[in-house]
Amino acid sequence: MNPNGLTIDAARSAIQERKATAFDLVDAHYEKIAHEDEKIGAYLTLSKERALEKAEQIDVLARKGDPLPPLAGVPVGIKDVLCTRGVRTTAGSKILGNFIPPYDCTAVARMESAGAIVLGKLNCDEFAMGSSNENSAWKPVHNPRDLSRVPGGSSGGSAAAVAADMAVATLGSDTGGSIRQPASFCGVVGLMPTYGRVSRYGLIAFASSLDRIGPFSKNVKDAATVLGVIAGRDPMDSTSAETPVPDYAAELNKGARGLRVGVAKEYFGEGLDGEVRASVEAAIQKLASLGCEIVPISLPHMKYAIPVYYIIATVEASSNLVRFDGVRYGYRAKDARTLSQMYRRTRDQGFGAEVKRRIMLGTYALSAGYYDAYYLKAQRVRTLLTRDFEEAFKQVDAIVTPTSPTAAFKLGEKSDDPLAMYLADIYTVTADLAGICGISIPCGETKEKLPIGMQILGKHFDESTILRVAHAYEQAG
Amino acid sequence: MKVTEKDVSYVADLANLELTEDERTRMVRDLNSILGHIDNLNELDTANVPPMAQVSELYGVDRSKTGCERFMYASREDVIEGLRKCLPHDEALANAPSSDGTYFKVPKVIER
Repeated sequence: MNPNGLTIDAARSAIQERKATAFDLVDAHYEKIAHEDEKIGAYLTLSKERALEKAEQIDVLARKGDPLPPLAGVPVGIKDVLCTRGVRTTAGSKILGNFIPPYDCTAVARMESAGAIVLGKLNCDEFAMGSSNENSAWKPVHNPRDLSRVPGGSSGGSAAAVAADMAVATLGSDTGGSIRQPASFCGVVGLMPTYGRVSRYGLIAFASSLDRIGPFSKNVKDAATVLGVIAGRDPMDSTSAETPVPDYAAELNKGARGLRVGVAKEYFGEGLDGEVRASVEAAIQKLASLGCEIVPISLPHMKYAIPVYYIIATVEASSNLVRFDGVRYGYRAKDARTLSQMYRRTRDQGFGAEVKRRIMLGTYALSAGYYDAYYLKAQRVRTLLTRDFEEAFKQVDAIVTPTSPTAAFKLGEKSDDPLAMYLADIYTVTADLAGICGISIPCGETKEKLPIGMQILGKHFDESTILRVAHAYEQAG
Repeated sequence: MKVTEKDVSYVADLANLELTEDERTRMVRDLNSILGHIDNLNELDTANVPPMAQVSELYGVDRSKTGCERFMYASREDVIEGLRKCLPHDEALANAPSSDGTYFKVPKVIER
């Protein structure tokens, strides 16, 4: 069965109606990967044995004629920061180059229980730290739409695999924009759920108060379907919420008429590329024509989001990454004679430049004499940013912005300037800090045929509304 | 320049990193550039703004309670076997760079 453009519904019903087997689907995807991935670089590890075993289980079910679970036979890829039992998981880092997790991440386990077939593990920036996937310790990912350009990051492999039809859907993680920005750069759908909506158990931690797991897909309905599978309370993550999980896919049919959509001037200011602006403004016009009420709003502290983010995220990372010490798993430096030397050399040799930069920044911000000036200050401004959204959501049901100020940039273009790279996340980090949900959907192309993404932000646990707006826009064509 | 070579050495020490000469030079440059941008936060008067550590504070919390009582929503009964079974010894050691089958092994800590 041809994997090109294949959606979850199409894959599942083809198997249910016995027009294809799960084995065919898996085989076709592996063939596509064998042909295409050498030039794209999306996959780091393939899990063929596990995939074929799972496909066999689905085909047995289908032959019996039993009703199939929601993701039956759907070939998926998993970002390499999500633990997969028995399948190498590196987080894009040399320090975990030979790590074989002894357990599955809850989101992955739920995907498989719903019938999904894990094809393999997807490339990403080391420990999800980056906006271009160039910080992977293994290899960069090339944007399938233009191989000289980055796919975005940090979930670059997850976005590229869906864009190149090397998976029907994938999972990624978002800490500062790492789902939405690559979705925008590669022209696919990327959904960041509300903090607490999806369990983080088995996600290799970067910044624990920000990290989310969410899907990439070819259309909005598929994102809704995957979210329905992975969302919900998990006793293994005390920050996962009890809030009931609606039937997201059914909610889509409610349409977008009558919804109030906010447009914040702060997201259309200096630094926004002209073509991106024109596309997003045209998309807002289309939403108006679909019956949405467009409401001008203001999020006055937005310009402080990047400084707040790069303190909070690096502080939390500096603490989370202490566990990589060469004792229990991963890489250990060979030449150390004392314990302290072993820790230092292991971390020196095992971590890449960006990870070390963030550990240093976070450690500095927490060190004696700087805690109040940096960490406490950033936490206070985080409150202000969150209040901005609380105020805005009194007036509107969703907020529409560009996902990224530009379309995909060239490989190497920003890799020498960390600050310029950080500013690529300017429209996405606010939602991570406030804990709200957001989705990026394609909304046009530049003259050079590069995808442009529109971001739709929603209230805590109100994924249904942003999915409805996104679906209505997508269906209007 | 806010961050000096000396600061970088001190912080690298705290973070258990060694860093080469080149890395230290570059770190001084990068940290100064990033912290320069972060200093924009000082435009804001936040004296009366409470700090926010967790999004979970926004939901689930019983605001009528104080202290740990506020976070009871996230707690559960302790269970001896855990929610997942404990890892068997060999699986727990399987990823270790060095072990003797019972313990993780590390270089000598105390010189005699």
